[in-house]
Amino acid sequence: MKRLMLAACAALALSSVSAQAVTLRYANQGDLKSLDPYTLNETTTNAHLGQVYEGLTARDQNLKIVPALAESWEVLDGAKRWRFHLRKGVKFHDGTPFTADDVLFSADRVRASGSNFTTRIPEGAKFVKIDDYTVDVQLTSPNPILIAQWDTWYIMSKKWAEAHNTVAPTPASATTPSYASLHEDGTGPFMIESHQPGVKTVFKVNPNWWHKREHNIDEIIFTPIPNAATRVAALLSGEVDVIEPVPVQDIPRVNASSTARVLAGPELRTIFLGYDQSRDELLESNVKGKNPFKDIRVRHAFNIAIDKEAIKRSVMRGLSTPSALMIAPSLFTYSKDFKNPKFDPAAAKKLLADAGYPNGFEVGMDCPNDRYVNDAQICQAVVGMLARIGVKVNLNAQPKAKYFAKVLKPGGYQTSFYLLGWTPGTFDSHNVLFDLHGCRSPGSPRGETNLGGYCNKKVDELTDKILVESDAKKRDLLIKQAFEITTSEYAYVPLHQQALSWGVAKNVDLPQRADNSVMLYWAHKK
Amino acid sequence: MTETSKPAAGKGAVARFLESDIYASFRSSPLAMAAAVIVLAMFVGAVLATLIAPYDPFDPAKVFLSDASLPPRWQDGGDPRFFLGTDDQGRDMFSAILYGLQVSLMVGGLGVALAALIGITLGLVAGYVGGRTDALIMRVADVQLTFPAILIALLIDGVVHSVFKGISRETSAIPVLVVSIGLSFWVQYARTVRSSTFVEKGKDYVSAARLVGLPAPVIMWRHVLPNVLGPVLIILTINLGLAVITEATLSFLGVGLPPTEPSLGTLIAIGNQYLFSGEWWIVAFPGATLAILVLSVNLLGDWLRDALNPKLR
Repeated sequence: MKRLMLAACAALALSSVSAQAVTLRYANQGDLKSLDPYTLNETTTNAHLGQVYEGLTARDQNLKIVPALAESWEVLDGAKRWRFHLRKGVKFHDGTPFTADDVLFSADRVRASGSNFTTRIPEGAKFVKIDDYTVDVQLTSPNPILIAQWDTWYIMSKKWAEAHNTVAPTPASATTPSYASLHEDGTGPFMIESHQPGVKTVFKVNPNWWHKREHNIDEIIFTPIPNAATRVAALLSGEVDVIEPVPVQDIPRVNASSTARVLAGPELRTIFLGYDQSRDELLESNVKGKNPFKDIRVRHAFNIAIDKEAIKRSVMRGLSTPSALMIAPSLFTYSKDFKNPKFDPAAAKKLLADAGYPNGFEVGMDCPNDRYVNDAQICQAVVGMLARIGVKVNLNAQPKAKYFAKVLKPGGYQTSFYLLGWTPGTFDSHNVLFDLHGCRSPGSPRGETNLGGYCNKKVDELTDKILVESDAKKRDLLIKQAFEITTSEYAYVPLHQQALSWGVAKNVDLPQRADNSVMLYWAHKK
Repeated sequence: MTETSKPAAGKGAVARFLESDIYASFRSSPLAMAAAVIVLAMFVGAVLATLIAPYDPFDPAKVFLSDASLPPRWQDGGDPRFFLGTDDQGRDMFSAILYGLQVSLMVGGLGVALAALIGITLGLVAGYVGGRTDALIMRVADVQLTFPAILIALLIDGVVHSVFKGISRETSAIPVLVVSIGLSFWVQYARTVRSSTFVEKGKDYVSAARLVGLPAPVIMWRHVLPNVLGPVLIILTINLGLAVITEATLSFLGVGLPPTEPSLGTLIAIGNQYLFSGEWWIVAFPGATLAILVLSVNLLGDWLRDALNPKLR
C-alpha cells in the first residue's frame, strides 16, 4: 500500500512538472551561426549568448551596469588598477567551478587573433590573479569606463576550452566550425541542449543558476525565419511567441490582431553607410589607380545625395529618426548642434565633377539583408539615389553570416561601400569614436569596426582625452569637438536611428531593452 | 537563282504547314489557339519591353522612392501614372513585369536550349554508339537525376563566387541560372533521344548511309536526328514552363537575379514581404503573369503531344 501511494505521488509529481514546463518559441530574422562568444560582436548574437554566458558585469532592464560574475569591484590608483571580487559558488554548465583562472583565460582568448571583441580590453592591460576569487587588472593608462562593455565580454571555462581544444577564438570568417562554435559552457540562466545553425537552437533552463530566477521559462526554442511575411504569420498563428523585428509595414496588422502586439520604442542603433577610404585602389570599382573616397568632395557628395527623409517616409514608414551623427541623440548632450546636411543632388553632382568624376563611377556595395529593419530596401533606395548623381552601385545584398565574414576584420575588411548599424556597447560617444573612427593599426583594438579605415590622429588624441576626462561638461565639449572633425570630413554617411519593433504574443510579458537585446530571462509566459 | 528559289521554298514550307494535320488539329483546338495567342503576346511584350514599357525599372536613376507602394490606378490612392501600381522602391509594376518577363523568358529559353543541346547530343551518341559509351552516359544521367535544379544552382553559384572573387550578382546571375537549368534538365532529352535512336539505327536508311561511307557524326545529325525530333519538341515546350518556374524559384531564394534587376521570380519574392500588409499588387500581378505564362506553355505542350501521337489521330 505504501509503495502504491509512493508511486502515485511520484506519478503526480511527474505529471505536474510536465504540465508546468513552459516553452517559449522565439524567431529572429537572422541566424545564430556560432556559439563561440568571441566570434561576432553583434547585438542579436550577444543577446542570444547572454542567455547562456555571463560577463563579470551585466546590464539590467534599464541598461544600468550591475554585478554578475564579479560581486563587486574597486577602482584603484586613479583608475589605473581595478580589483574584481569574483562571485563564489558559481558553476559552469558542465559542473566545473568558476574561478580567477577562467577570467585570466577569457582575457587572453578575447584578445587573441580571430576575436571580434578585442576592444573589450584596453591595449597593454595585465590581468593578475590575487587569489582564486580576486583579480586585478593593471592598466597602462587610467580608464574610468573599463567595465562599460564587459556585460558582453562573456567568461568561458578554461578547463572546458582546453579539454575540447578550442582555446583559440573562432573567427567570423571561419569556414569550418570549432567545438566552441557548436557547444557552450557558460554560467548563465539557460543551457543549450541542441544547436543546428540555420535551423533551430534549443535552450533548457539551468537549474543551478546562482541568480534568483526572474522568469518562468523552462525551454526556449529559437528558429531563424528570414522571410518577414512568414515571421509575422508565425507570430499571429501562435506558432512562435516572440519575433524580432516586426517589419514596419506589418505593425498595424500585428497590433490589430487578437493574439499579439508590437513592443515599439526608439532604438539606440545608428544605421549608416561607410566607404573604404584607406586603400589606394578600391576592391570593387571601375576606377583604377586611385580611390575616389579619399577625395573629401566625393564623400561630401555622397552625404548630400542621399535623401534620408525619403528613406524614413517610404522605406521605414515613418519609424526612423534621420540622424546627422553616428550616435543616437539621447546618448550625447550636444546632438542638437549637429544638423543633417541638406539633400541636394545637383550640388552632389557638381562636387563629383569637381573631383574628376563628371560621369560618376562604379562601386560595389555590401549590404546585409537579414540584420537591420528593412536593410536591403534601404540599400536599394541608396542605389537609386546615387544613380541620380551618376554613381552606379552594384548591390550585393546577402545574409548577415556571409556579410560579416566578408567585411569585418577577420575577413580583411573586404568592402568598398557598405551599410552597417552600430549601438555603442558603452552607450557613450567614446565607443563610437574609438571603434568606428579610430585609426586602425595591426595589433591594436582601436578602430576594429572602422571598416572604411577613416583615420585622423587628432580625433584619436581627442578620443584618448575623452576616455580619462571626468568632468562631464568638459568631456561633452571634447566629444563635440571630435564629432565636428569627423562630420566635417564626412567620415561616414549617418542615415537614421531605427525603431525597436518586437512582436510579442499577448500571453507573454517581456521587458524591452533600448539596445534591442531580446533577453528572455526576464520573460513570463502565462 | 538562289534568290528566287528561297522565297519559293519559304512559301512552300508555310503552305505545307497550313495543309498539315498538325495545323488542322491546332485550328480545331480553341484551347491551344488561346494558349498560343497568350504565349505569343507575352513573347512580343517581353521582346519589345523597352519600347512598350512606360518606365525603365532597371535604371535606378529613374526610380523614385517617393512613388513607392502606390496601389493600382483604380484603387483609392492610385496614381494615374502607374496603371498596376508601384513596388516598395517606386518601380512601375507594369514596366517591371514586362522587363521581368524578358529576363525570365531569356533565362528559361537559354536554359532549355542548353539542356536540349547537351541532352540531344549525349542521347544521340549513347543510342547510336551503344555499348559501354551508352552505359556510361546513361549512368551519368541517373546520377544527374538525383540532383534537383536548386541544389545544382546553389553549387554553381557558390563555386562561381569563390573562383571569381568580387564578381557582382548582376554579371554572374544570368549565366549561373542558365547553366544550372541546362545541367539539371538535359537528362529527359538524352533518355528520349537515346531510345528513339535505338529504333532508328536499325532502319534501312541508316544502313544505306553507312554503306555510302558517311562518318557517324554526319549520320547522327543529318539523318537520325530529324526522325527523333518529334518527342523532343514536346519536352522542349513543357520544359520552357518548368525552366521559367525554376528561375523564379531560384530568384525567390536569392540565388538568382538581384533585386535591382528583377525577374518575375524576384518580383514575387519582393512582393511576398508585403502580401499580408495590404499591398497585394506587388506580388499578385507578377504572380498571375507567371502562372498564366506557364499554364499557356503547358497547354501548348499538351496539345502538341496529342497532335504528334499517332494513336490519338
